[in-house]
Amino acid sequence: MNNLLNSYFVKTHKLEISITIIAVVLFLIYFLGAPHVFTRFPIYRAFMQSMPFFGIIAISATFVVTLGEIDLSFPSIVGITSLIFGIIMTSTDGNFFIAFILATSLGMFAGLVNGLLVTKIGIPSIVATIGTLFFWRGLVNVISQGSGIAIVDVADGTWHHMIFVEKLFGKIPMQFIWFIVLTGLMQWVYRYHKFGNHIHFVGDNKASAQMMGINVDNVKIIAFVQLGFFSALAGIFTMYEMLYFWPTQGEGLMLTTLAAVFVGGTSVFGGRGTIFGTFIGVLIIGSLESGIVALGLSGFYVKFINGLMITVAVTVYALIQRRKS
Amino acid sequence: MAEELLKLQNIYKNFGNVKVLKDVNIKINKGEVVALIGDNGAGKSTLIKVITGVHSPNSGKVFFKEKEVQIKSVAQSRKMGIEAVYQERALCDQQELYRNIFAGREITNSFGFLDIKKQRKEAEKILRDYIGFTSKAITVDSQVMGLSGGEKQGVAFGRSLYFNSDLIVLDEPTMGLSIQETEKVLNFVKGLKNENKSAIFIDHNIIHVYGAADRFIILDRGEVVGEFNKEDISREELVQKMIQLHESGKIKVED
Repeated sequence: MNNLLNSYFVKTHKLEISITIIAVVLFLIYFLGAPHVFTRFPIYRAFMQSMPFFGIIAISATFVVTLGEIDLSFPSIVGITSLIFGIIMTSTDGNFFIAFILATSLGMFAGLVNGLLVTKIGIPSIVATIGTLFFWRGLVNVISQGSGIAIVDVADGTWHHMIFVEKLFGKIPMQFIWFIVLTGLMQWVYRYHKFGNHIHFVGDNKASAQMMGINVDNVKIIAFVQLGFFSALAGIFTMYEMLYFWPTQGEGLMLTTLAAVFVGGTSVFGGRGTIFGTFIGVLIIGSLESGIVALGLSGFYVKFINGLMITVAVTVYALIQRRKS
Repeated sequence: MAEELLKLQNIYKNFGNVKVLKDVNIKINKGEVVALIGDNGAGKSTLIKVITGVHSPNSGKVFFKEKEVQIKSVAQSRKMGIEAVYQERALCDQQELYRNIFAGREITNSFGFLDIKKQRKEAEKILRDYIGFTSKAITVDSQVMGLSGGEKQGVAFGRSLYFNSDLIVLDEPTMGLSIQETEKVLNFVKGLKNENKSAIFIDHNIIHVYGAADRFIILDRGEVVGEFNKEDISREELVQKMIQLHESGKIKVED
């Protein structure tokens, strides 16, 4: 047992192991407290259906947080890209390719704006992205004039609807499959690609990274651009699921998404993080509401327990980190 | 006549209205160790950052191996054969050694994915052969934050040797090191000459500088105010010179 605890894997994966234990304990509580719900499939299908919408963004945001930066504008990027997707889909009689390319391009452009404001103008990311948060949401309101867009006529029953949100074997929501695939891909990039490597170095120490020949500005800009892309993608998934655009789309995503990243163990100080942790963070944050209600507590407890989870998790990480250094 | 490696001609560098380098001319030959001396704010760090591509000069010419070059990035200066060893800031604390050694020039496949196996193997070689780490506590997977100042410096040196550079730039290489570690660093600098490599280094300790360098260049407020070969000046005279410059008021006294 002692050997196991001192093994290389355990030493280098303390965060991942802690978060997994927290998740297992949480699901045990669900399971024991509400067996009638958690021994049956529908609750898991509901999780698989709803988690990917913010999960995809959380995975992508882990890159930005590892840089020691933050992006608060993604809920509005989801809004504006969903709007554009809806407009193009309805006006082209369901031309998926044009709608997809324009919506994701706009997402990347919004990310580029964030990246340029942070690197070239030198505005702290928390401030810059509050500005763009309001800007893009404001633009949504101006363009949509407060009304929604139904894409049900042009999207329902199409092959793209099928590959985005229909059920595999009638059981597994496609968005969850995409979420798993993207998580794996992003984990690979995060740990084993040059870009992921540079993300870690820039987040760790910007000045050192620059002296080691890493183009700090470019790394940051690309990180914001990819988050813009994945925000757009999450918006498109939501559109297919709901078959409807509404002007506040994306607004509820901010806290759950960032909570998943921080509960997952990625350091707010930069230089260190884990995609796997974020994935588990998504499972935790995404299951709390239904879990709490299934346990028989009233909905009023949801925020309270959410807050408790986040505070406990970040405290545990801070203690692990302090013992290390 | 010694072979010229690096020549800076009429280098000016401003940060906004502050003129940090004013008409700097220096030359470094192959196999020569040159020390830059001067107070804080004299422009030493800026000068070496111009050489390593961190900063671009506002005007002036840079010659490397007798060809005019424009060093626009760290990556480019490394490619030319200039390697920097920065005290403290040389490495990123929370990342593994093997990642630090190859940061900014990772061994990758054509899709940009890291060849972790090869990086670890080469890093192992650097730790063993170039640095002579024998401690079992330090492996290629160690995070930098657990290393002592001397060990960090050792890694930075090992890295510069491994990449087989012609000119090694050392920024305060002995700052914060123990006596034995300092000894190791100075021996390393002296050893460069045997391999016909050149070095330019900054150090506040004139005793260290005198022992290791062939030539001394004194900077003051962005200008070269003196240049001496070791055979023309004794250690005591060099110390005297610096004190004189301080007292005569020609050099700004630090407050």
